[in-house]
Amino acid sequence: MNKRTLAALVLLCASPLFTAARAEPVAETLEIDGEAMITEAPAPKDPPGHPFDVVKSGWLYREPDTRAMEADSFENPGMLNVERGEEVWNTVEGEAGKSCASCHGDAAKTMKGVGASYPKWNAKAGKPFDIELQINACRTAQMKAEAYKFDARDQVDLTAYIKHQSLGIPVKIDLSAGDMMSWWQTGKDRYYLRTGQLNFACASCHEKNSGNYLRADHLSQGNSNGFPTYRLKQSNLVSLHNRFRGCVRDTRAEPPKAFSDELMALEVYVAWRGEGLSVETPAVRQ
Amino acid sequence: MMTRRRLLAGTATLTAMAGVAILARPAWATVEATEAAIGAFTGGKTPEPGRITLTAPEIAENGNSVPVTVEVDSPMTEGDYVASVTILADGNPNPEVATFHFTPLSGTAAATTRIRLAKTQNVVAIAKMSDGSTFSDRKEVKVTIGGCGG
Amino acid sequence: MATPKPRVKVPKKASAGEIITIKTLISHDMESGQRKGKDGNVIPRQIINKFTCEFNGMKVFECDLDPAVAANPYFEFNAKVPESGTFKFTWVDDDGSIYTDEQKIAVN
Repeated sequence: MNKRTLAALVLLCASPLFTAARAEPVAETLEIDGEAMITEAPAPKDPPGHPFDVVKSGWLYREPDTRAMEADSFENPGMLNVERGEEVWNTVEGEAGKSCASCHGDAAKTMKGVGASYPKWNAKAGKPFDIELQINACRTAQMKAEAYKFDARDQVDLTAYIKHQSLGIPVKIDLSAGDMMSWWQTGKDRYYLRTGQLNFACASCHEKNSGNYLRADHLSQGNSNGFPTYRLKQSNLVSLHNRFRGCVRDTRAEPPKAFSDELMALEVYVAWRGEGLSVETPAVRQ
Repeated sequence: MMTRRRLLAGTATLTAMAGVAILARPAWATVEATEAAIGAFTGGKTPEPGRITLTAPEIAENGNSVPVTVEVDSPMTEGDYVASVTILADGNPNPEVATFHFTPLSGTAAATTRIRLAKTQNVVAIAKMSDGSTFSDRKEVKVTIGGCGG
Repeated sequence: MATPKPRVKVPKKASAGEIITIKTLISHDMESGQRKGKDGNVIPRQIINKFTCEFNGMKVFECDLDPAVAANPYFEFNAKVPESGTFKFTWVDDDGSIYTDEQKIAVN
């Protein structure tokens, strides 16, 4: 153990994990290439009981350099993945000899707004689908290609490309479809469930301590509007379920499987918590 | 209310994660190694202060990608221009980070890139002019450990 | 790693003698040679070690990169544009691969 981690250990033992340091998110507006994004919105009122009056984008909690990197689509390295995603969109795969474009044409037209409305009820599967599950359903049923494995590079880049077509459009999911409300409720229960040796729920950090510092991290509300998001730590795009699993792992609990019912319910609930915020994919975070 | 045991368990996790982030660790570059690298670049001269400005964040949000900008005051003519600017970091495994080479066609001697800093340390920028004179600037960048390593 | 993909941003037009800003970005892991893989062995270094920008065959800007340059190397620098012509950008990989891009600019 080096001196620094020892010092950190001593410091942590002597102080509460969440420091008293608090900083309001910045009062700035995000324009990506001059296009205004909605980074603050009144919390959704239906169903009632949203914990915040105003939902805020994680962008507001980041340092100036990180914010600037997202505001210029050229400087945003996540756009390299979006460009790769466009290539995947146009690549023929599978026995049916089709690409995404074979059925859906120009994504700029056909996918506009789609990413803002997911996760979405899928009647055939009897559960909500996110973009990744919808892509896999298209691949197996239409393209006769293999479903992507979780976090395959093509899956992340294609998802980012599709969601990027909704850049700026506010998140709004349809909770009236099918059984969405019961998934919402399950997701809500999961959000407040404490797990792991740290005994943290999602709400421990992103609701009760949103705005506080957890050591050097300025805790955001944990909204999903910027995923897949470019994280400086990984220097790559990170999918939402990857981050869900990372958060749960960090509570020292066994993370649920990606796209499991548990995490799909959580995705429905978290998407609702951030309704009204612009899709920022690919956002840039720490 | 968090019990002391839970807090300790959590601390152990965070500490372990901090360890993972550092991974394979050779000997760190030292201030001496950095001074030696400066000497190698300047031909043994001690750079003067002034003319070069290094811009870097006081606190880096993540050490994996820290934006740095150098700007040197120079007419950038055939007879008087900035030949090179090297960037060094005295707390990384090796002090060398990047070296820019300019010409009069560069117009102005300014460049921005993104660098890796393993921990809180000094970043040094040294400019070498076409006449061989050298100038330097340095900034300390604090590199923090994220809250949950995630 | 997927084939590195360069992106460059150069204005389409300039006036004679104008100093313009150029931005470049390329997808690359910049494997530092300092990390250990899951098997406990050090992952060998593989970085882009050189970047050059030329205008009509004349050197404008170069950079020697060390492993401390962040993944997906980004550069922002300036260029004086004396005449219409072509900027050529070159990235050299440790494995010998060379990635290039070209952009034309018109002087009015």
